[in-house]
Amino acid sequence: MITCVGHNIISSLGFSSSENYAAVKSGSSGLVLYNSCFDSVEPFVASMIDKVVLKEKFTAICNDSNHYSTLEKAAILSVLDANKTAQIELSNARVLFVLSSTKGNVEALENDHQQTKKYLWHSAQRITQFFQNPNTPVIVSNACISGASAQIAALRELETDHYDKAVVIGADMLSKFVIAGFQSFKALSSECCNPFDVDRTGLNLGESAATIIYSKKIPELRTLPNTHFSLLNGVVRNDANHISGPSRTGEGCVRALTYILKNIDTQDIAFINAHGTATSYNDAMETVSLNRTGLNQLPTNSLKGYFGHTLGAAGVLETIISSLALADHTILASAGFSKGDDREHLNIVSTNQYTDKKMFIKMLSGFGGCNATLLVRNGLEE
Amino acid sequence: MKIRKYCKIDREFVVIDGALYPFPKEEGTHFLTALYRALSVDYPKFHKMDTLSKLGFLASELIFREEDENILMFDNMAIICFNRSSSLEYDTKFQDSIEAQNYYPSPSVFVYTLPNIVTGEIAIRNKLYGETSFYITPHFDAVQMVRTVENAFQDRDTQSVLAAWIEAYEETQEVLMMWVEQGKDGGMPFLAENINTLYNKSF
Repeated sequence: MITCVGHNIISSLGFSSSENYAAVKSGSSGLVLYNSCFDSVEPFVASMIDKVVLKEKFTAICNDSNHYSTLEKAAILSVLDANKTAQIELSNARVLFVLSSTKGNVEALENDHQQTKKYLWHSAQRITQFFQNPNTPVIVSNACISGASAQIAALRELETDHYDKAVVIGADMLSKFVIAGFQSFKALSSECCNPFDVDRTGLNLGESAATIIYSKKIPELRTLPNTHFSLLNGVVRNDANHISGPSRTGEGCVRALTYILKNIDTQDIAFINAHGTATSYNDAMETVSLNRTGLNQLPTNSLKGYFGHTLGAAGVLETIISSLALADHTILASAGFSKGDDREHLNIVSTNQYTDKKMFIKMLSGFGGCNATLLVRNGLEE
Repeated sequence: MKIRKYCKIDREFVVIDGALYPFPKEEGTHFLTALYRALSVDYPKFHKMDTLSKLGFLASELIFREEDENILMFDNMAIICFNRSSSLEYDTKFQDSIEAQNYYPSPSVFVYTLPNIVTGEIAIRNKLYGETSFYITPHFDAVQMVRTVENAFQDRDTQSVLAAWIEAYEETQEVLMMWVEQGKDGGMPFLAENINTLYNKSF
């Protein structure tokens, strides 16, 4: 078990976790229709960070602003804000940085293939060098489950005493590359996405940099943010079925859920925060998996209707929002959901609900057939 | 931890457990295609794969081909890969394709613009339902490989790990794949110095 001592989200909905959570709780969405962006012929809906504000904020803390990519700026600002509550010495050799990203600075390929900044490790190094951290950062690139994989990597590194603290950053930005890619799969919707809804039309993409600072030791209560949470367990399993389509039987997802539920009473689970991308294949696979594991009556939501699918940031961002909701005794409404498929026996939450339970499950699935689950608990061990 | 079996494919040389694996080269044919033919496996999807997946597929075929298919431990085998250049080979290919006027982006190229697809390809071929993970390091880093694989055994179900350094970008096409198990007997210790020796040894 590792405990969060600080967190931040930068997204279309704000530059701090609390701003983002307040927006989501009030039902605001960061999704906007773009008619001609990234050379796209087809209009698409996406959630994008305000780059003007991002640049202003970065210039205020660094006078070498032009040497950092948008992703690196967002990641650095995110870590700085997360550390306002964590107050850890980021340059300490007992602190490990873990970066989760699917495409990093892929836009660097637009002009010149020879630029070093196209490498993911280069971005990670820029970030750790900014904070003068001496360790080689761990970089996870595991498609859309990367944000969960990064937290699992942090859990393992801290539990084996290799480090005392881990700064887990999830970051991905949009580009012509990413938009064209998802369009090639006919996966993008030109409307706001409707996860688990019978009329769902596909996914929306989103930008985010989100950070969780984890600590191995449980700090004294007074030093913790009032919304602390612990990562109890996390696991990755493969479908062994298809590289771009989820398994119809949810093989990997079922195994990942079964693993983290061992010795856990499902009555203690407040809700399940699904991947819920609003593509028919993903949502159907998660439905099958929740039914197969007997979890289908637990309240379930997706946050994609607020942020879009933020790729490598999703696992980090959605863990933070779900934890804040739990601390606020709230199960958040699954934005965009109005009517479920009659064949799908799920308990999708359509309005904010009260809960007094202490745990939630985070689910993620991605290309390459990978599936991840995380078990998160609010507050300290009783 | 110990290395039960390993395979290295590097600049047209193929090595299995220290012995050179000879195969006929064909004029005008990529060495990975020639190796695929020499293995006499019937897996047409091979030809659609990016180079990372081809390297991973071939190395895993060479490691598993003489193993009993019914060995249950496969069920709980993790696949953990590392490289320097992520999926930049196909990232560049996809980027070039969308820079053309009236471009039509290809889903069969886009799907390989993620490095972890190779882990999925190996999982599908061998029906491995365990963990699959991909890590990026600035250079070949045996120390991080050992630590990451050691950490992966914290997963209670993981009994063995197929660990690989696998790089395909610009002039480099290479894989060093190791079947790693816990315990000491019956294999070379899975230590950074041994991995470095395997990686650097030339034939």
